[in-house]
Amino acid sequence: MIKQKLVLIGNGMAGVRAIEEVLKINPDGFEITIFGTEPYPNYNRIQLSKVLQGGTSVSDITLNEWEWYEDNKIRFYPGESVTSINTKTQSVSTDKGRIESYDQLIIATGSNPFMLPLPGADKEGVKAFRNIKDCEEMIEYSKIYKKAAVIGGGLLGLEAARGLLNLGMEVDVIHIYDYLMERQLDRSAGKLLQAELEKQGMNFILQKNTAEITGRKHVTGLKFSDGSKIKADLVVMAVGIKPNVALAQEAGLPVNRGILVNDYLETEIPNVFAVGECAEHRGIAYGLVAPLYQQGQVLAKRLCGIQDEGYQGSVLSTQLKVSGVDVFSAGKINEDEGTKVYKTYDDWHGIYKKVLIEDGKIAGAVLFGDTKDGNKLFNFIKTGARIEEYLQSAQSVESEENVAASMSDEELICGCNGVTKGSIVEAIKANGLTTFDQVKGCTNASRSCGGCKSLVSDLLACTLGDQYQADQKEAICSCTTLSRDEVLAEIREKGLTHIREVMNVLQWNTDGCSKCKPALNYYLGMIDPLKYQDEREARYVNERMHANIQKDGTYSVVPRMYGGVTTSEDLRKIADVADKYKVGMIKVTGGQRIDLLGVYKEDLPKIWSELDMPSGSAYSKGLRTVKTCVGENYCRFGTQDSIGMGIRLEKKFEGLNTPHKVKMAVSACPRNCAESGIKDVGIVGVEGAWEMYVGGNGGTHLREANLLFKFKNGDELVEMIGAFLQYYRESAKYLERTSAWVERLGIDHIREVLSDEFMVKEYNNRIDEALSVVQDPWKEAINNKNLLRDLYQTVKI
Amino acid sequence: MEKTVRSVFIGEVCDLPQKLGKTVTIGRKEIAVFKLENGEIRAIENRCPHKGGVLAEGILSGEYVFCPMHDWKINVKDGKVQSPDVGCVQSYPVEVKGDQVYILISK
Repeated sequence: MIKQKLVLIGNGMAGVRAIEEVLKINPDGFEITIFGTEPYPNYNRIQLSKVLQGGTSVSDITLNEWEWYEDNKIRFYPGESVTSINTKTQSVSTDKGRIESYDQLIIATGSNPFMLPLPGADKEGVKAFRNIKDCEEMIEYSKIYKKAAVIGGGLLGLEAARGLLNLGMEVDVIHIYDYLMERQLDRSAGKLLQAELEKQGMNFILQKNTAEITGRKHVTGLKFSDGSKIKADLVVMAVGIKPNVALAQEAGLPVNRGILVNDYLETEIPNVFAVGECAEHRGIAYGLVAPLYQQGQVLAKRLCGIQDEGYQGSVLSTQLKVSGVDVFSAGKINEDEGTKVYKTYDDWHGIYKKVLIEDGKIAGAVLFGDTKDGNKLFNFIKTGARIEEYLQSAQSVESEENVAASMSDEELICGCNGVTKGSIVEAIKANGLTTFDQVKGCTNASRSCGGCKSLVSDLLACTLGDQYQADQKEAICSCTTLSRDEVLAEIREKGLTHIREVMNVLQWNTDGCSKCKPALNYYLGMIDPLKYQDEREARYVNERMHANIQKDGTYSVVPRMYGGVTTSEDLRKIADVADKYKVGMIKVTGGQRIDLLGVYKEDLPKIWSELDMPSGSAYSKGLRTVKTCVGENYCRFGTQDSIGMGIRLEKKFEGLNTPHKVKMAVSACPRNCAESGIKDVGIVGVEGAWEMYVGGNGGTHLREANLLFKFKNGDELVEMIGAFLQYYRESAKYLERTSAWVERLGIDHIREVLSDEFMVKEYNNRIDEALSVVQDPWKEAINNKNLLRDLYQTVKI
Repeated sequence: MEKTVRSVFIGEVCDLPQKLGKTVTIGRKEIAVFKLENGEIRAIENRCPHKGGVLAEGILSGEYVFCPMHDWKINVKDGKVQSPDVGCVQSYPVEVKGDQVYILISK
């Protein structure tokens, strides 16, 4: 059989989804070619905000890897744009001079961000938020500049603003309406949202029209129509999108706002289809993901010759992807004559719920603060259920799990991808799925916005019953399917002693990666500190070299200064070394130590030997510094000897390996000058006692530490810190900070474990064992010729 | 076009650290030389195409090195950047004669 030539213009979510559906129905029917302007494989654009907000990398949002194209024999031209379509000869031409003929053509060119035609909109520093490049540029900007302005208080604008906040910028959001997300929320919910986001640090300028973007070459600020001004080094426009129809228009396809298509996604020209944001169906050009996927399914059926009723339009639902804020809306948003409203408003908890009713049927919903009813309401809206049905279901007090259990098989779990409860349950049973990731991979549920993750987990729980383990197994990296706990159990049970052995015996599917090798090195050393031979090559460069690598490949050196106390003699040595080796900068670190920056690799050993001070371990996954305040010896308010306690702690725990870095602080009074409230272990001296706080973090995810215990006696305090650290060492995942670990286990649980005197002794025995083998890494390197040659010498020819 | 190549002696096999990279500067070229777990020796340009990270200090896994700056994964045999990132670094042929290691670079 001769294959039909199917050409797709646009490597985005809509077009590729249509191809996926085609491959499902008829994997051998077409010879497929895809052109994409961006140089990446297909990725999840709606999760870009998560990349900007941190914690997610571009590879995490890739939907189909390069192999997918190969495996399906798709000819993929990344970074190549189609410049014209000839509908007579049925061919397309590209900017690389390629001409490709087609039997069937899909136009999925998506949309472009709408840029307000303001004076100054062409200045440097004015951006859209649309693709990976925009995202990367904003991240670069945040490293240099401080102030950002986001024009547009809609979904995209708020997600961008949250991202910029996470990147450490000050953010003003400018919106022309008097409340946020006016297209998805009513005024009450919009105002609640504003209050919540203000708490997170966003600043809002509402009911303002931007008149001009100021600055010479580079943007310096915004001027509004009322004459007021603000400063800004970066301006992000997020005011909307416009379908990208230029190509279709030039080819003579009928276009309104989008490319006009019928219920089968057919344009008026034979064999040419349009799908996604560039298409207009019954007067609507959709800009959300669920309709695009529904259209993709319809189009695939049409291309494969399967009869169905076609695309009937979509009911929309929206969720904001900003952490800590739960917002959901669907269908009709604002009441008018003829609508009735069921509303609850709990000011204290910040929970707002509104259900709109037309002729007794549910027509729309707005939820704020508690969105777990979102999916249910969305289904009710689509099926035109009566309000009584919802009220009855809401009345029976259900646990989350029962919500999933009580849903009917036809109900949608994942609105983005159109996956029903029935199909998920069937997939779990038919394929023996046991984890969330497996369900996601097998059914596409939760593959887009991720809003239904908890529902999917609940479904797994109620489908598998006892077999389901609530604490879902998460492989330590993609080189294995085993979780941290499984790997640790195998290491202990089989007595494995080095990394290669673990990978071989546990059948790793690669030679390891930068995630699992350092993790295994840590776990092996933690399990048997006395026998394990640390594998230097599995360590991240900073820990291998015992100095911090900088962006230009030079290093920084931080000598140990116990408790932050130094002497004139040490300062003189540091100054002499800095002069002799011409260091780039001498800086006091956030942990009260002195940092020598811009040191060449070859000079590291000489500097260490001339300093003749221990390593400050400012690079380590271990104890960094113990920050201290002045304390009782000099301070008017100090109630305890914070410096003495800081030095004692730093001397006891220096050189210890931990799952991630550990910072400590000791303050001598509740004024807390050493900032003990945001440290992994923070001590606050009060009259006659020490308070011990744990799990604090001043990093990207600011977390206030929890009070664990209070001690009258310093020895008891140090013993408890030992027990706490060892429990963390033994039960945390590699690279899990104490803040995340404390949240995962719960402070009450940790307090309970450490209330057991016997366990405290046991943990201290084990941590003392680990500490017994610690030696100063700088001394070790200076005295070991092989190490010097292997790590610090370079060959120059 | 005919290319002329010269072979540059960079040291003995035993001078290279096992499973790690070594920085070798030849004239103005900075090259990262790796001795893999299986003993093979590979040489690539010592700059990640992303932000110029020094690849010699990356974590070596099989025939891949992970850039220490932003974790790009690069094949040390052909210099190809692995997906989802894209790009390539220059790779240099390596010759081992007895215990002596040579890098072939174009003149």
